[in-house]
Amino acid sequence: MKGGGLRAYALVYLLFLYAPILLLPIFAFNSGTIIAFPLKGVTTEWFAQMWGNASLRRALTNSLLIAVSSSILATCLGVFAARASTRFAFPGKGPIMGLIMLPLVLPEIIVSISLLVVLLSLGVQLSILTVILGHTLICMPYATVILSTAFNSLDRSLEEAAYDLGETRISAFRLVILPLVMPGIISSLLMSFTISLDEFIIAFFLAGNEPTLPTYIFSQLRFPKQIPMIMALGTVLVLMSILLLTIAEYFRRRGIAKTGAKDTGGFL
Amino acid sequence: MASGNRSQTAQGLALVAPPLGYAVLVLAAPLLTILAYSFFKDGYLTVVREFTLENYRTVWSDPIFHKIMLRSLGVAALVTLATVVLAFPVAYFLSFAVSPQKKAMWLFLITIPFWTSYLIRVFLWKVILGYNGVINSGLKTLGLIEQPLTFILYNVNAMVITLAHAYAPFAILPIFIALEKIDRSLLEAGRDLGESRAVTFWRVTLPLAMPGVVAAALIVFIPTIGDYVTPALIGGGKIPMIANMIQAQMLDLDNRPMGSALAVTAMLIVAVISLAFVALNRRFLGVRQ
Amino acid sequence: MTTQNPGPKTTAAHRAAMAGARPMIEIRQVQKHYGDYHALRGIDLTIRSGEFFSLLGPSGCGKTTLLRTIAGFEDISSGVVLIDGQDMQEVPANRRPTNMVFQSYAIFPHLTVAENVGFGLRRDPRSRAEKAAAVEQALEMVGLKGYGSRASHALSGGQRQRVALARALILKPKVLLLDEPLSALDRKMREQMQVELIKLQRQVGITFVLVTHDQEEALVMSDRIAVMFEGQIAQMDGPEALYARPTSRRVANFIGVMNFLPARVLGETGEAVQIEAPGLGRVDIPMANVSRADPGDAGPSVGFRPEAVSLLATGAQTANRVAGGVIDEVVYYGDMTYYDVRLDGSAGFDGQARPVRIAMRNVFGREVQDVGTRANVSWSPGSLVLFR
Repeated sequence: MKGGGLRAYALVYLLFLYAPILLLPIFAFNSGTIIAFPLKGVTTEWFAQMWGNASLRRALTNSLLIAVSSSILATCLGVFAARASTRFAFPGKGPIMGLIMLPLVLPEIIVSISLLVVLLSLGVQLSILTVILGHTLICMPYATVILSTAFNSLDRSLEEAAYDLGETRISAFRLVILPLVMPGIISSLLMSFTISLDEFIIAFFLAGNEPTLPTYIFSQLRFPKQIPMIMALGTVLVLMSILLLTIAEYFRRRGIAKTGAKDTGGFL
Repeated sequence: MASGNRSQTAQGLALVAPPLGYAVLVLAAPLLTILAYSFFKDGYLTVVREFTLENYRTVWSDPIFHKIMLRSLGVAALVTLATVVLAFPVAYFLSFAVSPQKKAMWLFLITIPFWTSYLIRVFLWKVILGYNGVINSGLKTLGLIEQPLTFILYNVNAMVITLAHAYAPFAILPIFIALEKIDRSLLEAGRDLGESRAVTFWRVTLPLAMPGVVAAALIVFIPTIGDYVTPALIGGGKIPMIANMIQAQMLDLDNRPMGSALAVTAMLIVAVISLAFVALNRRFLGVRQ
Repeated sequence: MTTQNPGPKTTAAHRAAMAGARPMIEIRQVQKHYGDYHALRGIDLTIRSGEFFSLLGPSGCGKTTLLRTIAGFEDISSGVVLIDGQDMQEVPANRRPTNMVFQSYAIFPHLTVAENVGFGLRRDPRSRAEKAAAVEQALEMVGLKGYGSRASHALSGGQRQRVALARALILKPKVLLLDEPLSALDRKMREQMQVELIKLQRQVGITFVLVTHDQEEALVMSDRIAVMFEGQIAQMDGPEALYARPTSRRVANFIGVMNFLPARVLGETGEAVQIEAPGLGRVDIPMANVSRADPGDAGPSVGFRPEAVSLLATGAQTANRVAGGVIDEVVYYGDMTYYDVRLDGSAGFDGQARPVRIAMRNVFGREVQDVGTRANVSWSPGSLVLFR
């Protein structure tokens, strides 16, 4: 069996991928204040500290607000872009779709700095609104890709059949297309939400004085005293991510099962 | 659906208008502004709207910029090489040795770490590699070393390890997809025509996987060269990369034309390298794909 | 073909009944351009009420475009489409009295079988119970009684086809359009569905317009067939006439197999054309069997179907004419044997040998002949078609 050596290598690679994440809970429950071996003892103090931290709660509220808004906006825009690109031919399609997908291949520092310069020169007050603006932009290409896959897997004659059976174009979209791409829409929402929740650079430049979860974490990493609490926070975040991803995967598979298509596996 | 070509066009444009408008306002307009700024003069705390090439002249003659740009390129190239070389066998394993029902689970396992807080992951590498970090304290506890190892801390090596870890799934997925697309009977044909397994891999599998490898390389290279967090956290702020320099010019020094010229130059360099890479690959591959 | 064919459509009585029916679809001078591509080049066509009409042709000939034009999915560049006397120019697909069975069936995967069939009844003012009864009735009609609550993505190809039929027929359209409905089925299933479709059409009395590239399918099912090439109708006729008297070599080649021999026209009377063909000698071809040659043809030619001639058993007598030859090739099919026979003197005007194909049914007692043996071929002038 040719898989032997490769399998061992893949497992070592997985260990490399998971090494930092596996350390998180170890230090989150370690009673020592310094992040190093040997471990001291078990404590839940850091979780309690995290729970009672007001600025952390504020950062979390901001981040959730931003992530929910950006994921909805990006998914709505993505529906339009995906529908246009999979179903219609129009002049300048290549360049237009290229511009929409551009944030995928543009370093985030460029996106955030250029947006910042414009906002400052327009005299716009930096707030969580400006972060939403930026996050919607970088989530839009991901949403477009996911939704294009969903729209593409639809047989075009389904829509025609609905139309042929007496529905209008709008009701055909509502009755046939929308239910069939719903798993894609949910995946897109979840993915955009996760990207926004974890995004640092745009939030760092565009949030003004408002903290978000990543900028708060970044600011606390300078203080060794705060590190154990950040480890506790990280543990919670990892668990939340796994939960979200599992839900996303569940919906993706259900979508596949619903249409009787073959599972090709994976996100992205 | 009574739809001629004209109404097709109109509907398509009407649909694409909202996302396009958004991208123009929030992306294209700011990028053009940066481009314009890069040709303006810097007044103290303001921008003087007079055309000049001075910013670019400074950028290109500045030894610090050279050093930082080269470092960024070097780090990005090393990270790309490490990520792709390390990821290829995993993608190959996933595509060829894992049974179809288990593939989704493996992909799921590989993507999970990617979705956990980037900042915390980067910081944890500092914890792992640090002076009193997991590796050093672990080795000391085991009595293998007396003094902490220092070659893994606060330097380019540490940055490369951290970034290679951060972008690993980005490399695996495109290669995996390219490998999945290969018609298995081609490989059997290769064996049937008298080639060994290794030669078949070299002459059939690898060339067909190249588009995935190129995609993986670009998808890793572009964000790593613009990474801000890793130099700030792992490098301890002492070994900045291009993103940190742009930020310093723009905000700390408030020299927007200079910062803009840096950003535009960096973008151009990245674009040229990416295009050259794609072109080179296309030529190497001939007309395929 | 099939043994359960519900009855010949080619009877004189049936033809007369059809000819008297009122026009259901009238297509006048329809043109369709896609950019530079000229998809339909002046289509003129009348389909009568209750007719089973087929559009037959190779892929890219415009048959599907024409069907989608009738359905309202494609705008026409110029011309007129009337359905039941009404101009369809301003009527969109969702308000036309037509329904379609799609090539992929387009069964909505997220709905059950009953929800699929009842899809078009959403705006129907009837009560929920009445609609449910209508759905059940439609399912029964296509032989899917009791399947209503099933998930539609788990159905087999043949079942999907039936659901698509029920879904379209429940709306009682004036015209049912079928876009290659059997092409996704395997051979056995296809032959079964052909028969069922014919029965169904008789039962509901709705005009059926079928698009197919399968000539056998068109011959089995249709009252009339329009053969299309390159956006034009090459011939429109009943199956029997189309098969026996193709009006061009191209149609003859597309439908079944035809042998061609070069011919020389010697003279013409009011009733017949006298020709000479290598291997056959002088023949008088009745005017009814004279068709035109295509622009690409080298010259006049005479054609006949493999089963219109036969190999004569040694010593047998016949009233037909007889030509001698040598068997070149034997292809055994079980029920049939195909012989390629080189007729004496068939090298003809240009010295090129042209073996003709002869199909013989393997009836009890008839032996399969060997390659290289001499054979007598019996034929009659009435089975020849002249292309000039």
